[in-house]
Amino acid sequence: MEEKLTLFKNRKRFGIEKNIDIIFKNTALVLSSFVAIILLGIILVVFFQSFESFSRYGLKFLVTSEWNPVKDEYGAFTAIYGTLVTSFLSLLITIPLGVGTAIFITEDFVPKVVREIIGSFVELLAAIPSVVLGLWAIFVMEPFFRAFFVFLHNFFGWIPLFSTEPTGRNSLLAILILVVMLLPIVTSIARDSLNQVPKKLRNAAYGIGASRWKTIFSVILPASLSGIMAGVLLALGRAMGETMAVTMIIGNSNAFSWSLLSPGYTISSMLANQFGEADGSQVSSLFYAAFVLMILSLVVNIFAQWLVKKFSLKY
Amino acid sequence: MNSLYYQKRLSRNIGDKFFTSLSVICALIAILPLIFLVTYILYKGGSQITPELFTLEPNPPGDDLDAGGINPALIGTLIITTIASIIAIPVGVGGGIYLAEYSKDGAFSRFIRFGVNVLAGVPSIIAGVFIYALIVSTKILFGSMYSGLAGGMALSILMLPTVIKTTDEGLKLVPNELRYASLGVGASMYTTILKVTLPSAFRSIATGVVLGIARAAGETAPLIFTALFSYYYITGFEDLFYEMGSLAVLIYNFALEPYDAQNKLAWAASFILVLSILSVNIFSRVLAAFTEKTKRV
Repeated sequence: MEEKLTLFKNRKRFGIEKNIDIIFKNTALVLSSFVAIILLGIILVVFFQSFESFSRYGLKFLVTSEWNPVKDEYGAFTAIYGTLVTSFLSLLITIPLGVGTAIFITEDFVPKVVREIIGSFVELLAAIPSVVLGLWAIFVMEPFFRAFFVFLHNFFGWIPLFSTEPTGRNSLLAILILVVMLLPIVTSIARDSLNQVPKKLRNAAYGIGASRWKTIFSVILPASLSGIMAGVLLALGRAMGETMAVTMIIGNSNAFSWSLLSPGYTISSMLANQFGEADGSQVSSLFYAAFVLMILSLVVNIFAQWLVKKFSLKY
Repeated sequence: MNSLYYQKRLSRNIGDKFFTSLSVICALIAILPLIFLVTYILYKGGSQITPELFTLEPNPPGDDLDAGGINPALIGTLIITTIASIIAIPVGVGGGIYLAEYSKDGAFSRFIRFGVNVLAGVPSIIAGVFIYALIVSTKILFGSMYSGLAGGMALSILMLPTVIKTTDEGLKLVPNELRYASLGVGASMYTTILKVTLPSAFRSIATGVVLGIARAAGETAPLIFTALFSYYYITGFEDLFYEMGSLAVLIYNFALEPYDAQNKLAWAASFILVLSILSVNIFSRVLAAFTEKTKRV
């Protein structure tokens, strides 16, 4: 007995092994705090770079649309307006489409195999780089929709949204390509949250005689609403930050217009277009615009996370 | 008695039919773009594929009928994504290990997980702006401005959240019994992680990381003012410190050129990019389905 105890006492870890363990833990700690450092770094760097422009133009920058490097006058209203309009309108189209597709995938209208294939098809759409979507938009979508835009202008030209003659690239095309990009995000998140609704709820509704769509509208959709909302907000953040496809198809014009059929601008397309060759106070103004974009997408993202945490399903 | 039979004309049944067809239409609209897009790219880009495409430099835009090849852009994309992976994978896997194995659900890990989600939502062009301010405009990398190295760094910021998340979630799925068993026989924490938990989560982590790399390969916005673009062959190590082309930026630049030859080159580059990204995605999907099946047995 005595002998055995000493045996155990001698089996201590070597100091070197303990040290490796501590070093390993601390390295992992440092690596994981990189995320916070980078995030903070991005916010601080963009803020301080935009400081010159911020102190000169203040909040006036947000509401004027003069962008004149020669006269050193800068205002980003056109770009901010473009960012908000393209992202909100594209979401307006995407939400019914995406949720409808998600319902189609989660209900049993067609065999499971077909539904799974459609589901993974839509998810593959998310993997296609946005620059390729932009290329496709320029050479396929724009010619395809040209006649439709002329029709829109001729018959609905009295609405300010369609008041200009369509000439090639415009904001409406940017909205349509954004729909193609957002659809997979909204669909896959809506599908996941619809799948999470317990079967009990559905069976209870069927049991008291509700029809299939009555069940969907009154039971399933309300139960999964928070998840769908979070997906929509994530898609909104994505739409506001989306750069390549939009830059390639929106026409990049800083002239403000209410019409969706005229070329427009978004903050990200302004950055993509001008950053490479900007100098002087233009750089600072571009950083200011980038800061506005970052704040917009941060607010949307944080709100989405809060929503998920607050209203996540408690079944 | 009649009420026991299905009655077509009942308003609830008509309503059901209506909404069912509506959702079928939604699904059709959702998959039609993909089918159009993929077939068009495969058709349009596939017809441009020649052996010279992979070996030649692109000619500067002009009235030339011959646009050359995309060799520098292809190699550039490989180099830039490799740089991004070299930075993002160790940092991301290390960070994920801390979140899943050490911190568990503490305040720190909740904070970092929140940060990971926020960083994942930062627009990709902002990553480019950040690296521009930090590295390109300060010439901090041995006096070089636009460089492949800076481009790789910008991409690594976009890859990092994906890598951390997949590592964290992959490790969380490892059953605790394995950890207890390893610690119980006297292994230290790092041996347990490196020899037991990490290997058993390897496949799911690898899948997530590979998907993250595929995603980064197609990113353009962070590269247009960090790596810029180059028409010339990449010949040596020192080229890392100069402008470097990539498939994505080539597509962007050449799509906006008025010349047909350059546009065709953009289609060919899209073909290669889309084909490789889609095959990585499909392969990982099949692999995941396969492992799920074997696990159930």
